[in-house]
Amino acid sequence: MDLENQARIKGFCEQYGNEELLVVLGGGEAEASGLAAETVSAGDPTFAGPLAGVSLGLKAYHMFELKDEVDPAIYEAQISMMEMVLDVDAIISEVKTYRG
Amino acid sequence: MNFPVLKGASYALIQASDMILHQGSTQTSERHLNPDSEHLKVLPSKLRSFEDAVGYAPNQVYIGNMRPKDLEKVAAPWYENPVKGATRQGKHGEMMPQDEFIGLMKAVDAFELVLLEESFQKAAEAKLTAHPVVSGWKFLEKLQKGHATQAQIEELVSGKKAEGIYNDGKLVGCVKKAHDFDAALSEHVMFENLVSKASAAFCLELLLKNTGLAAGEVDYIIECSEEACGDMNQRGGGNFAKAIGEVCGCVNATGSDTRSFCAGPAHALVLASSLVQSGVYKNVVVLAGGSCAKLGMNSKNHIAKGLPVLEDVMGAFAVHIGENDGTSPVIRTDIVGRHTIGSGATPQAVMQALIADPLDRAGLKILDVDTFSTEMHDPGVMVPAGAGNVPEANYKMIAALGVMRKEFDKSELGSVLERIGMPGYAPPQGHIPSGVPFMAHCKDLMAEGTLNRVMIVGKGSLFLGRLTNLFDGVSFIVEKNSGAVDAGGGTDKEAIRQMVAEAMQNFAASLRAE
Repeated sequence: MDLENQARIKGFCEQYGNEELLVVLGGGEAEASGLAAETVSAGDPTFAGPLAGVSLGLKAYHMFELKDEVDPAIYEAQISMMEMVLDVDAIISEVKTYRG
Repeated sequence: MNFPVLKGASYALIQASDMILHQGSTQTSERHLNPDSEHLKVLPSKLRSFEDAVGYAPNQVYIGNMRPKDLEKVAAPWYENPVKGATRQGKHGEMMPQDEFIGLMKAVDAFELVLLEESFQKAAEAKLTAHPVVSGWKFLEKLQKGHATQAQIEELVSGKKAEGIYNDGKLVGCVKKAHDFDAALSEHVMFENLVSKASAAFCLELLLKNTGLAAGEVDYIIECSEEACGDMNQRGGGNFAKAIGEVCGCVNATGSDTRSFCAGPAHALVLASSLVQSGVYKNVVVLAGGSCAKLGMNSKNHIAKGLPVLEDVMGAFAVHIGENDGTSPVIRTDIVGRHTIGSGATPQAVMQALIADPLDRAGLKILDVDTFSTEMHDPGVMVPAGAGNVPEANYKMIAALGVMRKEFDKSELGSVLERIGMPGYAPPQGHIPSGVPFMAHCKDLMAEGTLNRVMIVGKGSLFLGRLTNLFDGVSFIVEKNSGAVDAGGGTDKEAIRQMVAEAMQNFAASLRAE
């Protein structure tokens, strides 16, 4: 996960508190999405960024899981094409793994 | 109207194994954060030989010895199935080993920043003066003098006054800082910029040799890498283009640098085409050298999965855009796609702007385009790194766009992908894979009659510069030349006569029908 994003998420936790935050992912790959979910929950598994060894315990959801939460017209205009293209089930299954 | 044409393109790959460890940003970051890192200890044992890199099928496609579609016949993983009889010389370019390239860095260094150990320098000079492409460079004279002792180099590097140049694990030279404390002229920045300059100059020379374009005929050079040269008062002042043209003797050319991350080459090609079509310049070269920072960027993932470090080559390219010659593929400057500031950053919005909008303006459908050259990243490198098959994802998006626009049914997705797609083969060096690796293949395949219309698509992630979250992208169509050349005067009288005759015939037919 991008080091700058790790720093920003860590900063948001300090500012708002972990219990007030969840992370919405938009990655196109199951593995990369899982890695991001792992980074914001258990810590950076690559030990490269600010979240190395920092377990924030944040829950991450992929945008595909939040379809019912958004305006269908906006979802159609912005996400439906990628829903056709990506392996939605694999991405959701991988991201879920890290929500405990 | 005369469209500009694609006169030729050349490609170079530099295998630089020691630069992975010493200049690759994944490794330099690791050294900064965790100097005793296991990764840094293990990496040297996971490097490929030059012969391995030459035999790697995607590299053979990049330099033109195989077609992209030939990769479908090579069993995966590609690194385990080298191409038999592969050579470093290709139809479209060449692969160069690190020792020769280090000699080129010294040759193109205008400020005596590169110091090489005496015996290494002599060996590099011997190889380069016998090299079929660069042997004529007057700048090779720099390899006859100015060498250093091992002790001098070690002192400069240990004193942090220079960045080490390594070959086969040994310190063989260094790049000195160009200013005592200016960060824009640090030893590391100068190293990266000299790598970019040397690889681009090599590729320009390949272009001149391969196409017969005389150095003195080049009017304008647009450099479109992702590096920046300047000092603390103008960090990206430029001008790589003229510095590179100077090496190859392009004495009648001027030039400038164009930037837009990975989309840079596509922007530069549209600019070059416009300059030629407008008549401002006759011969424009778009080029870019390689990036040492990106070497081994995903090496942690590759090593963890038992792969060798596959990101061991730096890419370079040079493309010649010229006036319509009646045979070379035309650049359709009237079918240009652009991701505008207001387009939006979702993949859907990006594909609409880059693919659908320009085709709509030209009255074309997705399947009117034979193939698309998008981000041609080698999946053999990207998939094990967890980044997915980038070109395949692009083809799926283009096909999905066609379904949403009701150009074909969802059940036809598979056959559409087969028809418009091709495997990726370019080293993931940012600007290098972005659309431009297909230019030479495109010219060949159009000459053979296999292709008629191709869309070149460049995309860039501007957020990396931390100035905007906007996305970027540019696309344009390359078409087989019809053979018709407007001889001048701006109007083809015969064509107009023909059009008027056809219109009158149609009118008469419509009257008869009534």
